[in-house]
Amino acid sequence: MQYLPNILFALLLFCGIGFFVINVRKLIRNIQLGRKTDRSDQKGQRWRNMARIALGQSKMVRRPIAGVLHIIVYVGFVIINIEVLEIVIDGLFGTHRALSFMGGFYGFLIGFFEVLALLVLIAVIVFWLRRMVVRIPRFWNKEMKGFPKNDALYILYFEMVLMILFLTMNATDVHFQEANSGNVISQFITPWFQGLNPATVHAIERSAWWLHIVGILIFLNYLYYSKHLHILLAFPNTYYAKLTPKGQFDNLASVTAEVEMMLDPAADPYAVTSEEEADGVPEKFGAEDVFDLDRIQLLNAYTCTECGRCTSVCPANITGKELSPRAIMMKTRDRLEEVGKNIDKNGSFVPDGKGLIDTIKPEEIWACTTCNACVEECPVSIDPLSIILAMRRFQVMEKSAAPQELNAMMTNIENNAAPWQYNQLDRLNWKDEE
Amino acid sequence: MNVPTMAEFMAEGKQPEVLFWVGCAGSFDDRAKKITKAFVKILQKAKVDFAVLGTEEGCSGDPAKRAGNEFLFQMQAMTNIEVMNGYGIKKVVTTCPHCFNTLKNEYPGLGGDYAVMHHTEFLKQLLSEGKITIEGGIYKGKRITFHDPCYLGRANDIYEAPRDLIQKLEVELIEMKRCKRNGLCCGAGGAQMFKEPEKGNKDINVERTEEALDTQSEIIATGCPFCNTMMTDGVKNKNKEATVQVLDVAELIANAQEL
Ligand code: SF4
Ligand code: SF4
Repeated sequence: MQYLPNILFALLLFCGIGFFVINVRKLIRNIQLGRKTDRSDQKGQRWRNMARIALGQSKMVRRPIAGVLHIIVYVGFVIINIEVLEIVIDGLFGTHRALSFMGGFYGFLIGFFEVLALLVLIAVIVFWLRRMVVRIPRFWNKEMKGFPKNDALYILYFEMVLMILFLTMNATDVHFQEANSGNVISQFITPWFQGLNPATVHAIERSAWWLHIVGILIFLNYLYYSKHLHILLAFPNTYYAKLTPKGQFDNLASVTAEVEMMLDPAADPYAVTSEEEADGVPEKFGAEDVFDLDRIQLLNAYTCTECGRCTSVCPANITGKELSPRAIMMKTRDRLEEVGKNIDKNGSFVPDGKGLIDTIKPEEIWACTTCNACVEECPVSIDPLSIILAMRRFQVMEKSAAPQELNAMMTNIENNAAPWQYNQLDRLNWKDEE
Repeated sequence: MNVPTMAEFMAEGKQPEVLFWVGCAGSFDDRAKKITKAFVKILQKAKVDFAVLGTEEGCSGDPAKRAGNEFLFQMQAMTNIEVMNGYGIKKVVTTCPHCFNTLKNEYPGLGGDYAVMHHTEFLKQLLSEGKITIEGGIYKGKRITFHDPCYLGRANDIYEAPRDLIQKLEVELIEMKRCKRNGLCCGAGGAQMFKEPEKGNKDINVERTEEALDTQSEIIATGCPFCNTMMTDGVKNKNKEATVQVLDVAELIANAQEL
């Protein structure tokens, strides 16, 4: 019976981590539903970007208040989790503060954690106030109703509770307080428990300890369902982000093959034009569903923190249009999850008669000015514009469903090499006009 | 104006130093043609050895590509590339950031590799080489704000060249609240120029013009024929055309030097 807590702990850890691994595999499987893209170039630059943008949070601080608060929470969160190492050792082997043999250094570490915990607590409270009291508009756009709104709040509550548990655990640890090393913050909480009998104090300490680790495991497993996935995915996402100039849109290779054929009278019209067509499946142009997006775009969707910075700078959104780049990312993720669930249920994807084009509407994609403001702004290097373009390509090349005026513009380009109805032979007339 | 074409150069067995890519707006739009001419005047003053493609030039394909019509884009691109490669062109300058972006970034993958410059970069180079001088002239002491074209700024990270040129005019350059990498689009990009805006509560160009007017500038400078149209319309919408002018950086320089 004596080992019951240890066994219980091991079981808990196993389930917590096991369930997480299952979800991570699902995540990878879903991302691989997208098309392959080659981003194996410029490794040095990619590592540097990851270090600067994900690790160094360089784009977060462009908005200084949120940026600094976020760094506190992020640094605090990562560092305090070193403490989890000790919790795991204690839990598995029935020790108490196994690492305290380090003496003064241990005191220093825990003291540092305590200060961070307090800072995180304060930062998280300020975050809550920004959302709920100051009501910063980007947190209240229409895509932020229901789960997305609650998701953000749950996480804030969660972090508050975890930090309080950590400090309580230290405050009620009699030995730790007696050693009087590292209890920088918790020593001020200890008096609140004075007068309680020692057994109760011990019970509180144990409860805080257990709740802390259970909380962390729940948090870990909540990630997959939450915008908080970004704490992991920001790293690969910034690594794989586009390195070419933002204005450069990819040239579709499948189109190149066909255009070359059209322009070259000697070409063999029956020649196979692309890899996919060699399998007898004609290549689809643009994106109608998540399968037509590439893997980076799907990774983008899972990485999105729903911070709304993109939407807050989008000229279309600012002027009241339907388009919101954040909503583009959220809808992509929702659809990808829907497809994932379909696969979980049926073994492989069974067509459900739906697609990304059913949730991302023409009035959204046609409102985009391709200005790249969203791309520039995103703190984790997401590219909503690339999805908008892929969907335009589908509308135009597969469905011939461009807005009327754009069709007229394109007809002009085809006929007279200008978007307006002017004769190409008049192109140089300006030089003789006054 | 004496504007030589590549065909004429070819006939004489010569090769100009640089091709001036005029673009559709610069060739056909009445307002943009003035920018084209202003730029040509500066080129001539600086004795730059340049030529245009004239009737052999065709739309770069930018609006088609941004509208999602990759076929049409690549048709245009390959047609243009064939012409340019035929003339052995190495260096291109253009007054349109959309053509600039497309030629510089999207043509290489289709076989068209040129050193492409936006005219503000090119002018800055002429200045540092001492081929042109810029003085304030009629603009001296005026308040000017610069609107960053998306396809020059964010798309290609060029923010300083146009500003450096404007500073040379001995003016007071006042930045808008959203400028440089935070610059707000004028509303024309992504083929929006050619369609009515989607349903909303305001036009983007009006939003942007209001911001420009907030700087109390007498001149809104820009470096794109489409931004120029959008901002000019915005100024009209606000009934400010009597007091606020919208001008291209090339026009500012040409006018100041009384070219
Ligand atoms: S690129 Fe499109 S979606 Fe992104 S900010 Fe500009 S208009 Fe909005
Ligand atoms: S795309 Fe980027 S900027 Fe936009 S909401 Fe997601 S994380 Fe924020």
